[in-house]
Parts: sequence; structure tokens; C-alpha cells
Amino acid sequence: MSAETSTAKVPPKRPSSAPAGEAPARAAGLPRGKRFSGMAVPWLLLAPTMLVLAVVLGYPLVRLATLSFQKFGQSQLWGFQPTEWVGFQNFTAVLGDSTFWAVVVRTILFAGGAVVFTMVLGMLIAMLLMRVSGWVKTLINIALVASWAMPIVVAVTVFKWMFDTDYGVVNWLFSQIPGVDFSRHNWFTSSTQGFTIIMALVVWGAVPFVAITLHAGLTQVPKELEEAARMDGAGAFKVFRYVTLPVLKPIIVMLATLSVIWDMGVFPQVFLMRSGHPEPEYQLLTTYSYDKAFVVNDYSMGSAIALLTVLLLLGVIAVYMRQMLKIGEVE
Amino acid sequence: MKAPKVKQPKPKGRGVYNVIGLLVALVIGFPVYWMVNTALKPSKYAIAPSPKFLPFPLSTENFHRALQVSDFWGPVTRSLIIAGSTVAIGLVVGLLAALAISRFAFRGRKVVIVGILTVQMVPLVAMIIPVFLMLNDLKQYDKLTGIILTYLTFVLPFTIWTLRGFIVNIPKELEESAMVDGCTRTGAFVRVVFPLLAPGMVATAIYGFIQAWNEYLYALQLLSQHNTTATVWLGNFTTTRGTDYSGMMAGSTMMAVPVVIFFLLVQRRIASGLTAGAVKG
Repeated sequence: MSAETSTAKVPPKRPSSAPAGEAPARAAGLPRGKRFSGMAVPWLLLAPTMLVLAVVLGYPLVRLATLSFQKFGQSQLWGFQPTEWVGFQNFTAVLGDSTFWAVVVRTILFAGGAVVFTMVLGMLIAMLLMRVSGWVKTLINIALVASWAMPIVVAVTVFKWMFDTDYGVVNWLFSQIPGVDFSRHNWFTSSTQGFTIIMALVVWGAVPFVAITLHAGLTQVPKELEEAARMDGAGAFKVFRYVTLPVLKPIIVMLATLSVIWDMGVFPQVFLMRSGHPEPEYQLLTTYSYDKAFVVNDYSMGSAIALLTVLLLLGVIAVYMRQMLKIGEVE
Repeated sequence: MKAPKVKQPKPKGRGVYNVIGLLVALVIGFPVYWMVNTALKPSKYAIAPSPKFLPFPLSTENFHRALQVSDFWGPVTRSLIIAGSTVAIGLVVGLLAALAISRFAFRGRKVVIVGILTVQMVPLVAMIIPVFLMLNDLKQYDKLTGIILTYLTFVLPFTIWTLRGFIVNIPKELEESAMVDGCTRTGAFVRVVFPLLAPGMVATAIYGFIQAWNEYLYALQLLSQHNTTATVWLGNFTTTRGTDYSGMMAGSTMMAVPVVIFFLLVQRRIASGLTAGAVKG
């Protein structure tokens, strides 16, 4: 953003590996006139993207914000009644509703739990991949990639089938333990058990990406560093804590942030598991907002909830952006 | 894993790790196996008191039934059209943007990059209400064009970011030497960079295709029942009388297998494109 990229007169001081080393090259190789006409080129290249994003994202975002300050229901949608500005009414209604806060807490607990499980399991599997024989590694990788590639909708239906009350293989499996009878056990009568299944499904779908990425990262950790630490008498845990983790930090931050965003946005998993009508104790922020908008037909209330969700996520995104800028990923 | 004294030892405990590894592979792979297994065995075995772990005798009855559930090819064709068009538009538009941010130094470049990254993170679910109203206003509700446009929300930023990774990995020196040899900037790109970028573009396209193919929420809300896509079609197996799990697993298999195959082909490449520079810092 600073002046360092603005002109080509002085080659900016930057590490030579930076991909944006455009300026010095041009200054060296090209006639003077070309440099200035070149300034318009990147913006021309970006124009179509900007246009598309403004239409499909910018406009809806603005509309989301304005909607949440309006009264907009079925009759406004059909044009029977004019849209009405109501100030903060929707927000006071949402924020004053104890159901909303219960949903917020549930969503945060759910997403937080899913992220922690995903990251820890992903890291353990990544480390396991470093230690097993080649053929075991291949088997794990095949399993990881196959589950990663499963469309979410398919994954949900498969989990529904595995945890089916009457013929689910999981009930059968648990019933094989002596003294345990899980036949005809319905996992969804208790929302705690139900959410355990949904979390298992979410984590199962998210672990492969995390594990494979972390494994790729682990292979890049310099062997000498780890060995040096061991020579100095560090145990396995200390080597991991003081050598491996710091090297992997950028990847971990990226993965954790993405996981938070994805897990806060869990929708089909709950929606389909509950056959399109999640009960009150199964509502997360996403389904709650959807319910308000499309079941009760109160679009402005749904928008207010959606906007609050976005604001909640902005905090996470800010942390991620800071990290990205710091490590120079966006150079 | 305590400090190995010997240089290249067969690490102690590898056997234990292998056993754990096999268990992990088994647990992770099981849902996929269970889907295929259920799809391949006659449906009467799916609802037996104790489950059959091997799909014998093999049967295709479930697939035949799945193909008859309402209309199968309609939703699949629509999914193909939607995903194909989204990717085509995303690729053209995204390539230009990716070039701009990876090959040009200009004022505001960082803002653009941060913007694209941020955009990627706005949860789709939050956008569904205004997008629905927007398409309604534009008379694009329940139209394929409308949904193609909205799918660009997630396909385009992803495309730009991955292509950027691929372009960054192509040394600038190649272009520069072509320009020294008399190529124009555009010429250097078309003759030197483009051929090197082609595999990356194919991978990005396939991956974007998979994302669009798998999308559920927008398809559910922005298209009506008779105009829906394959993901929403899968819900047809659940009726008020219960769920036909065998048919559903056959349907799921038909939806998942092409995706898994495509995914296997490009997964490695995409990962390297996405993480380009992430470790090297």
C-alpha cells in the first residue's frame, strides 16, 4: 500500500524473493514511456473481477446491512407494502431475545469444539504420517483424500445412515460390546448426543485438509533444527513445542482461521441431519437466521442475525489478515 | 521417538505406529466404504438386524432405483451446466486478476489482495437473504443464470488465489528473457507463461467445478423443486414414509465417485498452488 510499489524510479528495498519485484525489472529493461502506461494495465486486468464481486458480493452485503434496519417481510417482498425503516428495532429485538443468546453460545461452543478437535486430530495424523511405513502412509492418504472429496451433502446422508436408529451400523457396533445394548438407540433425541454426531461429521470432513496441509508443512521443517534441539537434550515434546510449532505457526494460523470460518458457517450438516427442520435445541446461528428469513418470512430479522454473525467472524478474519501481512504471504 | 543415536536407524516403534496408522485409515475411510457397500448389496441386506460388511452378492438394483427417483438426469444436467459455466467465467475473469496481483507492482495492490482474501471468508449463509432478494428483483430467481452468477461469489476468489499461487511459482526470468529476445509483454505471457500455467489452470478449473457441483444451500433456496441441482435431488430419498437408505447410498455413490476421482487427480497440485510461499515465508 505504501509508496514502495508506486513508481519505478528507485528499486525498492525488499527481499529479492518477493514476487512483486516488477519495478526494478521494468526500470532496467524497458523504455521510459512504457512504465507509465503500464500503471493502468493491472487495474484493467482487475476490472472484470471488481465488477463481478461488486454485483455478487458488494451489493448483497450492502443490502444485508440496510435490510437489517428495515421491516421487510412477505408483503414487502410481493410489493404490497412499502419497505419501512425501523432503526435498530431488529437488533434490539434479536439482542433482547434469550433464544438468540442461547444460539450464539451453542454456535460458539460447537464451532470451537469442532475447530479444536480438527486441529488436534489433524496435527496428530500429520505427525503419524511422518512415522509410519510407506504403504501405511499411502493407505491413510487414500482414506483422507476420499473423505475430503466427499460432497458435504453425501457425507451427511452417509452419517445419517450409519447412525440410523433401526439399522445403523454404529448402533450394531456398540451393541457388540458385552453388556451394552444400543439397538434402536436414537442419537438425536438428546441434542448433546445429536451434536456429537454432527461434530464428528464436521471434524471427519475437515481433518483431511488440515492433516495433509500440516504434513506438507512438517516435511519442510529443517531436520537440522530438530536434531540440534535433541542434541541439546530436548525431549520429543520440547522439540515439538519449541522447534516444530514455531516453524508451522503461519500454516496453523491459516488452518485455524479457515476452520473457524467454515465451522461457524455449518449449515447443511445440521439442516439435513434434522431433515430440513432443525428443532429449537439444534439451531445454530446459520440455521436460525435461515429459519427467521425463509420459514417465518421475516427477512430483516434474518438479516440482522446474519449481520451479527458476520461481525463476529470479522474479528477472526482480522487476526488472520494481520498474520498474513506479517508473514508476507500477500507480498 | 527418543533421541536416536545411530544415523539412519529404523525408528523404534514403527510397528506400533503402523498399527495406529491402519486403525486411523480404517476409521477415516469407513463412512466412504459403508456408502459403497450399502449401495452395492441388495437392499434387503441393508435392513437386516446385523449388518453385512461385504457387498456380496453384488447387485445393481439400488442404482436402477436411484435413477428412477423423480428425475435423475435433469438435476445432473443442470448441475453440469451451472458448474461448467461458473468455472468458465471464473477462470477467464480470475486469470486476469491473478496476473494483475502476481505480475504487476502497483499502488493499491495489497488492498486488492487483502480484499480478495477477505471476500473469500464471508460466509455464504449470511449472504443468502440479500442474494435471494436481489435475484428476485432482477427476475433471476429460479433461473440458472442467476445461480451461476451467485456461485461466482465463492468460485472467483478461490480461482484468483490459486492461480496467483501457480503464477508466482513460474520464474519471472523466463518472461524477462523472452522480452529481451523481442517478445512483447503479452507475447511473452502467451508463449512462455501460458503453457506453463495450463496444468495449474486445469487443476483450478476442476477444483472450482467440484465446489460448484457440491454447493447445496444456494441451490436449495434459489431454485425451485423442478429446477434443482444434483445435491438437492439427493434429498428425494426421504419421504414421509421413511428413508430409502439403499437407494440414497446408490445416489450418493453416483454423486461422489466422479468427484472423488477428479479430486484425486488435482488434489496435490491444488495444495501446492494454495500453499505456495506459505512455508517459505
